[in-house]
Amino acid sequence: MTPEGRSAARKRAARAMDGATILLIVLLIVQIWLLMASVESWLAGHRGVALPAALMSGALFCGCVGLVMLAHRAGRTARTPGTGGAPPPSS
Amino acid sequence: MSDKPVSCPREKRLWSEEFSVAAGEQSFVERRQLGKFLLLTSAAMFAGQIWLLAKDAFTKRVHTIWPRKAVALESELAVGAAKVFAYPGPQDNCLLIRVDEERYVAYSQKCTHLSCAVVYSAGNRRLECPCHEGYFSIEDGHVIQGPPPRPLPRIELERSGGQLYAKGITVFGQEEAR
Ligand code: FES
Repeated sequence: MTPEGRSAARKRAARAMDGATILLIVLLIVQIWLLMASVESWLAGHRGVALPAALMSGALFCGCVGLVMLAHRAGRTARTPGTGGAPPPSS
Repeated sequence: MSDKPVSCPREKRLWSEEFSVAAGEQSFVERRQLGKFLLLTSAAMFAGQIWLLAKDAFTKRVHTIWPRKAVALESELAVGAAKVFAYPGPQDNCLLIRVDEERYVAYSQKCTHLSCAVVYSAGNRRLECPCHEGYFSIEDGHVIQGPPPRPLPRIELERSGGQLYAKGITVFGQEEAR
């Protein structure tokens, strides 16, 4: 790959990782809200919320795992050949 | 810094995983670390939800048997007057109110917001929490205004031979569970 092509690939990967991180933050906010709302609701006596909320939270967690894996893969493919196992500084 | 080359391949792998030399690589490492941190937080939220589910499953099996306890004589209270009594335990303060000639109501004195003691306001015919101005109805304990998220637990009363007895607590939303 030419240096220009490599730089473009790295930019794409960085953008993909940023996108995944933003989505991850959104999912996390929903998950935090879900926990807060379900605890509040449970304390108010609506016992039925515990199971669906746990399932939903599990699904959101799976989504987060998927996004992190996606971001990792994007980062790995953008790595300059050789820099993944880059040599230690020589001085 | 040492001139010695890294000879152990495992060490080299760990080192190069965590510390990339090129500046461009550094930003990837940071993004990865942020991703890991967010994932950990997500796992913690999920664990909290599982805890709630476990608590729910455990609590359902517990069936509370409330004691029957004499709390006041009917003649003791004038219309519009209130009396503090402890039910079911000595630390659980409750308020007994004579609403009219024939009607008595009782509620837990613990505010459902942050547990301050509510007081009866005869002039406004409501229960008031002085901490954050949460007001509750004396009819059924529902929230009239303020931050309390749910009604006050109601004490079930029984009248027998001029005596008032407390015989249970009804928490909002759990009426059908008892
Ligand atoms: S503690 Fe009662 S309103 Fe806040």
